[in-house]
Amino acid sequence: MSLRQDTRTGSVRRRTGGQLPLVLLLPALVGLAFLLVPLIGLLIKAPWSTLPSRLFSADIWQALRLSLLCATLATTVCLLLGIPLAWLLARASLPGRGLIRALVTVPLVLPPVVGGVALLLVLGRRGLIGERLDLWFGFSLPFTTAGVVVAEAFVAMPFLVISVEGALRAADPRYEEAAATLGAGRWLTFRRVTLPSIAPGVVAGAVLCWARALGEFGATITFAGNLPGRTTTMPLAVYLALETDPDVAVVLSLVLLLVSVVVLASLRERWISGLR
Amino acid sequence: MFRRTALAALAAAAALTLAGCGNDSPAASSSGSSTTALSGTVNVFAAASLTGSFTQLGKDFEKAHPGVKVNFNFAGSSALAQQINQGAPADVFASAAPKNMDQVADKNTPTTFVKNTLEIAVPTGNPGKITGLKDFADKNKKIALCAVQVPCGAAADKVFKAVGITPQPDSLEQDVKAALTKVSLGEVDAALVYKTDVLSAKGKVEGIEFPEASTAVNEYPIATLTKAPNADGAKAFVDYVLSDQGKAVLTASGFDSP
Repeated sequence: MSLRQDTRTGSVRRRTGGQLPLVLLLPALVGLAFLLVPLIGLLIKAPWSTLPSRLFSADIWQALRLSLLCATLATTVCLLLGIPLAWLLARASLPGRGLIRALVTVPLVLPPVVGGVALLLVLGRRGLIGERLDLWFGFSLPFTTAGVVVAEAFVAMPFLVISVEGALRAADPRYEEAAATLGAGRWLTFRRVTLPSIAPGVVAGAVLCWARALGEFGATITFAGNLPGRTTTMPLAVYLALETDPDVAVVLSLVLLLVSVVVLASLRERWISGLR
Repeated sequence: MFRRTALAALAAAAALTLAGCGNDSPAASSSGSSTTALSGTVNVFAAASLTGSFTQLGKDFEKAHPGVKVNFNFAGSSALAQQINQGAPADVFASAAPKNMDQVADKNTPTTFVKNTLEIAVPTGNPGKITGLKDFADKNKKIALCAVQVPCGAAADKVFKAVGITPQPDSLEQDVKAALTKVSLGEVDAALVYKTDVLSAKGKVEGIEFPEASTAVNEYPIATLTKAPNADGAKAFVDYVLSDQGKAVLTASGFDSP
């Protein structure tokens, strides 16, 4: 009896489907509930009757537009810098690679507010590099939209690097070697062979990166401050609304949630179908 | 065989943990009865701007009443009010604004215990050459204010309205300490903060007083809570804050007497 026969009759599939081990299923359902219950709470507590008027009374759209713009720009920055960094970590023979990899994940561990202070100390008006920028070009990052992008990219980049590095390690290096033996240079090989083969990893990393940037609060408010239209992203608006009117904060959170779910779900569909 | 023992061990551990959790709460709430000698812990929810002075007051209070422990929860007044309304086990609430005290339903009559006045904070050496409130309307100066949603921002707004100046801020910070940090790091030329904040950042920040500050003096109310797990401890702590020793500590931090 061959395996193929089994699959054809469908008995293999049915057996795995019918006997989902309870040891896995139970914690999986608890995990799902744990993630969804706060969300449901938000939906239940939302001031549905006054929702339409609140949607237009606050500066929601301005904050939302800024959030989407900054998260997308931050993701672009992360892609441009993060993919080469991931390649370096996965392919190049570096001394102390383990240490560098650990350092790359530092923004994940660092409380975002501390990350924001660190950015100020380096890129602020009196910062190590920022002072030169201010002196030579009369340009300073804090309190600007560019500052928001920098703060978000700082916090979100590790998600992309880790994901792309994992994809690079899982990719078969023999294709790159084959391309090299056929005379392709390293850049051409990277562009035409490596990058397409790790595309799913890059997409997954970019999605994580974008989502993290969209929800970024601590580093943004510390480094870029909070000024409506310039640096007030949705999470900042939510936080300040919570100070006076929790209902508005709930509405803002719902809008942010809805937009991010729609964007992520639709993009994911498109990417996955494009990859097939 | 091995798997079964492991599972049994896990179950035993879980049972122990649960039992541990269950034991905690009755012990904590039993101290609320009306005994004359103070005992247990007093949970004080206090505005972030009280961090320095109340930590000192708590130590003094513990010394005066051996056997009593004071726990502090310092945060923004509105966040604290929400925590109390959601059932956080608070005995005392000290707010940076009457508005946030009003948000709390289950409280005894509040008393104003200190007042705080606004002051202009500039980095040491005053690199932005700030002289007064009018500089806050200068677009070329970097200015941080508190957001109007938080008490220091509301007070600043009142001052600017009173003097007829439209400020040009570069950032509206989420609390007064965030505004102060921007000054002490030199990121802004000036911010409007409380006198107590300027004192707390001595060496990094200089204060400039302005006469219009009297138009927006912030009153701090304190109250015991009706659902306090330790009602006697709560009352004793509030009495201590209102006593002469308490007042001395608060004035040393830059607060004014009411």
